[in-house]
Amino acid sequence: MAPAIELRDVTKRFATPGGGVYTALHDLDMRVDPGEFCAVVGPTGCGKSTTLALIAGLEPVSAGEVRVMNRPVTGIEEGIGYVFQTDAVFPWKSVLGNVAAGPRFQGTPGRQARERALDWIARVGLSGFEDRYPHQLSGGMRKRVALAQSLINEPRILLMDEPFSALDVQTRTLMENELLSLWSATSASVVFVTHDLEEAISLADRVYVFTAGPGTVKGSYPIALLRPRNVSEIRFEPQFQRIYQEIWTDLRDEVQVSYERQKRAG
Amino acid sequence: MSVRSALVEQVAKPAPLNADLAAERRRQRRRRQFMVQALRLLAAAVWLGSWELTTRLNMVDPFFFGMPSGIARRMYTWITEGTALGPLWQQVAVTMEETVLGFVVGTALGILAGVLLGRNRMLSDVFAPFIKAANSIPRVVLGALFAISLGLDLRSKVATAAVLVFFVVFFNAFQGVREVDRNLVANARILGAGSRRLTTEVILPSALSWIIASLHISFGLALIGAVVGELWGATQGVGELIYNAEHNFDANGVFAGMALLAAVALVAEALITALENRLIRWRPNPVTDVTA
Repeated sequence: MAPAIELRDVTKRFATPGGGVYTALHDLDMRVDPGEFCAVVGPTGCGKSTTLALIAGLEPVSAGEVRVMNRPVTGIEEGIGYVFQTDAVFPWKSVLGNVAAGPRFQGTPGRQARERALDWIARVGLSGFEDRYPHQLSGGMRKRVALAQSLINEPRILLMDEPFSALDVQTRTLMENELLSLWSATSASVVFVTHDLEEAISLADRVYVFTAGPGTVKGSYPIALLRPRNVSEIRFEPQFQRIYQEIWTDLRDEVQVSYERQKRAG
Repeated sequence: MSVRSALVEQVAKPAPLNADLAAERRRQRRRRQFMVQALRLLAAAVWLGSWELTTRLNMVDPFFFGMPSGIARRMYTWITEGTALGPLWQQVAVTMEETVLGFVVGTALGILAGVLLGRNRMLSDVFAPFIKAANSIPRVVLGALFAISLGLDLRSKVATAAVLVFFVVFFNAFQGVREVDRNLVANARILGAGSRRLTTEVILPSALSWIIASLHISFGLALIGAVVGELWGATQGVGELIYNAEHNFDANGVFAGMALLAAVALVAEALITALENRLIRWRPNPVTDVTA
């Protein structure tokens, strides 16, 4: 079976304002199977977000190739959902307007878009809040809006960039469970970027560990925990602890490298 | 725990205030409001009273500086007997027409050009020096040019007002478009927005706070444009009224004209604030008038 996402020898360089060149990713190889939930962990500045931008077609690669659904990525393609780290819901649109945005942008008639949006608002548990504006919602609720906004387009690829990092611990666990139940009803492949190893293991079928920048894959770990999972309890299981230990020894070195660099830079 | 019950917990509700405390708060607020109003009246009384007193005692020459009672009398005769140019309401209506038309034309062109150049870096790079040069001209002198080319009727005043308004709105619209959150743009594009949808549904609403902020200033500028246009040559309008009074060495008439313009500007400011609150309903804090 062809992978849903494939990155082959991908390198990404950025021009810095000072006139230099910054290499964010170096010879990155990665593949995500159809329907697979894949998490990417790595220290700060290891090019995790850049990887998502490449898959989404927001940025071109400098070398190598990115293929999505067995086709090379040349720009923003249909069938991709993206949940941003910061709030990217439209502040001037109500919850309903935000969730209906995708279908409306693609030319779905208003009435039909509205019905689908109402359905998705119910699925993420926001019924009764249709007319609220984002600033009237809590952080967790805004994330629900962002989720519904992405999922209404029925993406085959869902990219998530530390989506829950700004939430408090309780809300976060709640949202992680919520995400798993929503995802299980779809056949989407997910790339979930996080710096939190616990979150990565709780959610994913496979965890990629990136090296400190320039980022490349240091290790790839299948997570054989059974589904459905309960995120708030799974971390107490012995098998979880074993996996955590194993990946952490890999990750620790990279975090150390990244930390030393930051200290020097600071 | 169901999703719904968790949500209900998430929505923060303020603890119910003690009824007495709420009543006390209301009383305090009313008292404060009353104080503010009383002090305003006092400030006006001191200002007008000292003006009246010093001119009456000839410490200040009323011929040059007018006096409040004289201004009130002049206004009264304008209202009851009309002005030298015709009925007073007609002068106000003429100036308002010029102002509003100039405001609308200047705003529309400003937004159009701002969005166009804000969205297209090539265009903005090419035109940047021209716009900077045009902006550095004291543009009221263009009124003289318009008076020659467009004649002494409505058009030259509208053009003068529009030119003044254009640049302010343009720079704000341009900046607003440039400052649009890149994440929002990326999000809209991934959700499937084409270039047109991106402009109308993301760029414009996002730039709207900037644009509307500029409208407060630019209505005042439109008024300046209309009045200056009238000074360059006109047969009617409040500016012409002031010009007439000046030629008759009638300081009270000049002040009365100024008072009229101030009243018009205040009403317009209130209307724009109302428009702002309507258009930007989604913003956390509605705009309150500085005078409220």
